[in-house]
Amino acid sequence: MKELRLMKGNEALAEAAIRAGADAYFGYPITPQSEVIEYLMANKPEERTGMVVLQAESEVAAINMVYGAAGCGKKALTSSSSPGMSLKQEGISYIAGAELPCVLVNVVRGGPGLGTIQPSQSDYFQSVKGGGHGDYKLIVLAPSSVQESVDYVKLAFELAFKYRTPVMIQSDGIIGQMMEKVELFEQMPRVEPDYEWATIGRKEGKPSTFVTSLQLQAEEQEKVNLRLQAKYREIEKNEVLFESHYCEDADYLLTAFGSCARITRKAMEMARAKGIKVGLLRPQTLYPFPTEEFNRLAGQVKGILCVEMNAGQMVEDVRLSVNGKTKVEHFGRFGGMIPNPDEILNALEQKIIGG
Amino acid sequence: MSENLIKPENLVYKKTDVMTDRILHYCPGCAHGTAHRLLAEVIDEMGIQNETIGVAPVGCSVLAYYYFNVDMQEAAHGRAPAVATGIKRVFPEKFVFTYQGDGDLAAIGTAETIHAINRGENILVVFINNGIYGMTGGQMAPTTLQGMKSSTSPFGRDVKTMGSPLKITELIAQLPGAYFVTRQAVHKPANVRKAKKAIKKAMEYQKLNKGTCFVEIVANCPSNWKMTPVQSNQWMEENMFPFYPLGDIKVPEEN
Repeated sequence: MKELRLMKGNEALAEAAIRAGADAYFGYPITPQSEVIEYLMANKPEERTGMVVLQAESEVAAINMVYGAAGCGKKALTSSSSPGMSLKQEGISYIAGAELPCVLVNVVRGGPGLGTIQPSQSDYFQSVKGGGHGDYKLIVLAPSSVQESVDYVKLAFELAFKYRTPVMIQSDGIIGQMMEKVELFEQMPRVEPDYEWATIGRKEGKPSTFVTSLQLQAEEQEKVNLRLQAKYREIEKNEVLFESHYCEDADYLLTAFGSCARITRKAMEMARAKGIKVGLLRPQTLYPFPTEEFNRLAGQVKGILCVEMNAGQMVEDVRLSVNGKTKVEHFGRFGGMIPNPDEILNALEQKIIGG
Repeated sequence: MSENLIKPENLVYKKTDVMTDRILHYCPGCAHGTAHRLLAEVIDEMGIQNETIGVAPVGCSVLAYYYFNVDMQEAAHGRAPAVATGIKRVFPEKFVFTYQGDGDLAAIGTAETIHAINRGENILVVFINNGIYGMTGGQMAPTTLQGMKSSTSPFGRDVKTMGSPLKITELIAQLPGAYFVTRQAVHKPANVRKAKKAIKKAMEYQKLNKGTCFVEIVANCPSNWKMTPVQSNQWMEENMFPFYPLGDIKVPEEN
């Protein structure tokens, strides 16, 4: 039976992790995401489902605990916010290199450095373009509501195991901290892993299994890279998610992701009320990016305004997608500031319609 | 002549199946091969080959998963205790060990080492201490002795600017989570026997769920100490053992 509750984004995400049948959570406190581990500790998942929850000594340790559990074929996740996510990058690169499934949650706050505890989207490049060393990609899901924070936990585990790859849910301080009505999915069972790639104990008569990201021979390491790239092409083909609002008759296009897309939608409605035909395209997966949809709409609209809570990151992918077919501009507030619909509409009129 | 000797009745030693047939990449005279064998023999004798999951470090033993015929994971530099924590927490019934060198365990991984042991993770940590970074070519390690030359302390370790050698084993023995802590060597038959006994004890203690067992093995590094194997073992006895004395450092109270 489905269950309706009023919940904070971070807490709803934690509840979704238990219900998705996760085996383990390893994390370290950081604002504005500490409610994830607090909720898990208070709700005793060990008693509910047998899920392990452990507060690590650092983000570095937490991500390596995830590596260990994921290497055993278990459903493991960790969460953090921007400075903590930077610390996890080494481990994420190893997880991607060793082709292990896991879920990562980044409740983004403003940077650089210690920055601010206010919401931001300034980790787009880190999440989407790699973050750690080496040629790897994360599937990046960008929820714009508490509901999507819940639904994406389930989706993230599905994708992680489908492709044996780390999947990131890139939330932000707004989504993590606000309360909304949310429909929770039913408790899913935890699954005993029996994957041939996982270290679950050697099977009698069979060679032992090892999990590694090391290939000392360049020829072998190139093969690993080619395998990863083939996997990413599959992901790009199959897993693009986006939401369109009023795009079909649009003369102008607004685009934004996550919490920022909700504010941008209000700006779109205000423009429509003024008689300007504006649509909104919201990428739900930041990687794989809805390149084809942007390219298609570029032939129709007179310009695209990319609205972000950063100094201009997703706008680069929008420009690559439209490949010069139409004008693409960026409007952003950053360092923890949140744009309001009036200034977005104003930017659309100045930079795209009048520009 | 050797053909005549290979007869079942002459067989006094057989390589354990817990080691693969892959040729070890370690330098001649290095202690790693012996340490690997002892751990593998213990796993064999306890009949836990299929219930053991090991964690290899970054360092000379980074490829340990090629040699141990048990399931293994290769950890990032210094993170083996965190990786082992992740494994043991999801598989509490398995036997989990890490195998780490001094740079891995006592420099870059100090936090992971101390906190995993402080939590009393029910794992075995095998710590190979040869006072030098082997794989990267003989740089100074946290355990490099005072005055000892390395490629990054070419005039000898000056403790005023480079810090003193770290007695990490004595340090972690203070932690409540450490159940059994011992320091051994494997350069002579008597030491090999003692070290194996210590590893076996440590692995058996894992069944009790009483905390971390920690076996340090003071080892030589002929290549990077720039000595013959025989010279290096002698140098180890004369210089390493006085600073890192062999023997049990923490034994369970009930014993």
